[in-house]
Amino acid sequence: MKPIVELISVRKVYGSGKAKVEALRGINLRVYPGEFVAIMGPSGSGKSTCLNIIGFLDKPTSGFYVFNGIRTERLTKNQMALIRRYYLGFVFQGYNLLERTSALENVELPLIYQGVPEAERRKKALFALEKVGLKGFEDHTPAELSGGQQQRVAIARAIVTDPILLLADEPTGNLDTKRSHEIMKLLSELNRDGMTIIMVTHERSMAEYAKRIIIFQDGVIVREE
Amino acid sequence: MIWNAFIIAIREIRRNLLRSILTSLGIVIGVSSVITMVNLGNGATKKVKEEIKSLGSNLIQIRPGKRPRHFGIREQARPFKIKDAEMIKRQICGIEAVAPVAGKQIQAIYGNRNWETLVIGSTNDYIDVSDWKIRFGRRFFEGEIRSGQAVCILGNTVYEKLFCGEYPVGKRIRLKKISFKVIGVFEKKGQSSFGADRDDFILIPIRAFHRRIAGNNYVTSIYVSIRDGYSIDRVIEDIKLLMRERRHISPYEEDDFFILDMREIVKILSRTTRVLTSFLGAIAAVSLIVGGIGIMNIMLVSVTERTKEIGIRMAIGALQRDILLQFLVEAMVLSSFGGIIGILLSIIASYWLCKILLVPFVFDIKIIILSFCFSLLIGIIFGFLPAKRAADMNPIDALRYE
Repeated sequence: MKPIVELISVRKVYGSGKAKVEALRGINLRVYPGEFVAIMGPSGSGKSTCLNIIGFLDKPTSGFYVFNGIRTERLTKNQMALIRRYYLGFVFQGYNLLERTSALENVELPLIYQGVPEAERRKKALFALEKVGLKGFEDHTPAELSGGQQQRVAIARAIVTDPILLLADEPTGNLDTKRSHEIMKLLSELNRDGMTIIMVTHERSMAEYAKRIIIFQDGVIVREE
Repeated sequence: MIWNAFIIAIREIRRNLLRSILTSLGIVIGVSSVITMVNLGNGATKKVKEEIKSLGSNLIQIRPGKRPRHFGIREQARPFKIKDAEMIKRQICGIEAVAPVAGKQIQAIYGNRNWETLVIGSTNDYIDVSDWKIRFGRRFFEGEIRSGQAVCILGNTVYEKLFCGEYPVGKRIRLKKISFKVIGVFEKKGQSSFGADRDDFILIPIRAFHRRIAGNNYVTSIYVSIRDGYSIDRVIEDIKLLMRERRHISPYEEDDFFILDMREIVKILSRTTRVLTSFLGAIAAVSLIVGGIGIMNIMLVSVTERTKEIGIRMAIGALQRDILLQFLVEAMVLSSFGGIIGILLSIIASYWLCKILLVPFVFDIKIIILSFCFSLLIGIIFGFLPAKRAADMNPIDALRYE
């Protein structure tokens, strides 16, 4: 089977001269369809940088990144944006919903960029909200929702386009234990339905939900479980 | 794609409704002042034209001197004589009436009241040429004109100032210590479009003016009205030839008099008002640009404030183009919204102002379309810099922005 994500000796360097920081120092990683991968490690270990590179928000300094069989080193900013638009879904630690915008409109947003007509957009967004258990909360703005609910809206927004890869950066970082477990259960359910997920976390208990745990330290993978 | 950007822009504007309205206010004021100024100017032009037309387009004036090329500069030239007017009337065909005119500012006294006014010496033809109607009394008798008797007809303002409602005909007033008998009063004409009171004058026979007031026999201009059906240009040409001959101008010399016909006066006056209109419009346009800067200011603030949102949108898959378009469309929607409100406001404002200033209300769709397009253009110009700044953001940095 073809991997969705293949990183080959990926390095990432920030800054230059004395202020040079090597965030990634040769990462090799393959993620296959249907996997649920958790990336763990202390802060500063490069796990978020790695996720940003996988999510086409950043480019490696050297090394290769093959996404779904496509070489990516020559992609332009716009092409990267189009990959994010059509193939990827993002869930962030800080939810990153648009303020003063209803849950439904937040979820519709990626579909607007895809140019989906209004009726279909609405139907898909409602379906995604239902899937994350937020039926009836369509008109609530982020301020009217709890943290857990906001993160569910963010997940609905990430999956509404049926991406082939869901990227989650500390999705439970701002939540209490109970809500965190709810969110993790939701992610595992999505994975069970076939969604490929790569998640960054620093909490062991959250990583346990994944089928595969990769441990980062000082910009290299030190262990895999 | 543009439609999407439009949807997003509308949503953004709704989210920050108060700020959006305040931002548009600059454009509202700019657009409405441009349109109102231009409308008022157009109204004034129309009024001037109508007024001059009501004088009759068959009226011409002959004046001594070279045609004035610059304001204020008048060359000395020989004045006309009464005989000139008489000869024009006798020798040129197609003439309705010819009035030799001379005038002077003089204190008029009746009883214990006095009033400084313009005393015009002319003939009965002056009454016809300028289309005056008699309110009380009568016109001059031929004999009074010929012998230059001390009789006068009052303009309505002079009558009111001196007589205060008393019946004037047969009374005597004094002009320069000379007693004149009032034989009539003209009907009121009111103000001209320049605010001058047209009823503020006294008409006396021209010979009386020469002998008793001026002490010379100068005629400072000749008014001619042309009979319907005759070519004005032709008559002007004939008068020119006659006057050259009478004033002994050799073929190599230029005219030392000039002829103004009403068409020309209309042209000069409407050019003046048009210049005034564009001047006012230009001043108002400055406020439109100030409004545009207001939009740019708010958009820059908005871009900074929404850095995180821009990051989210980029992560979700917005292209740089999408972000650029979003902010550009937002600026355009704000400015065109302001434009539309401004247009509505200006129609109301110019309607009322025209009423107050007694100027006809001219609805000019051209200026409305023009200023709407201009406001849209301002949205594009002043929206571009903020939009570009938003589009050039790096998604990761934008996402991390707090």
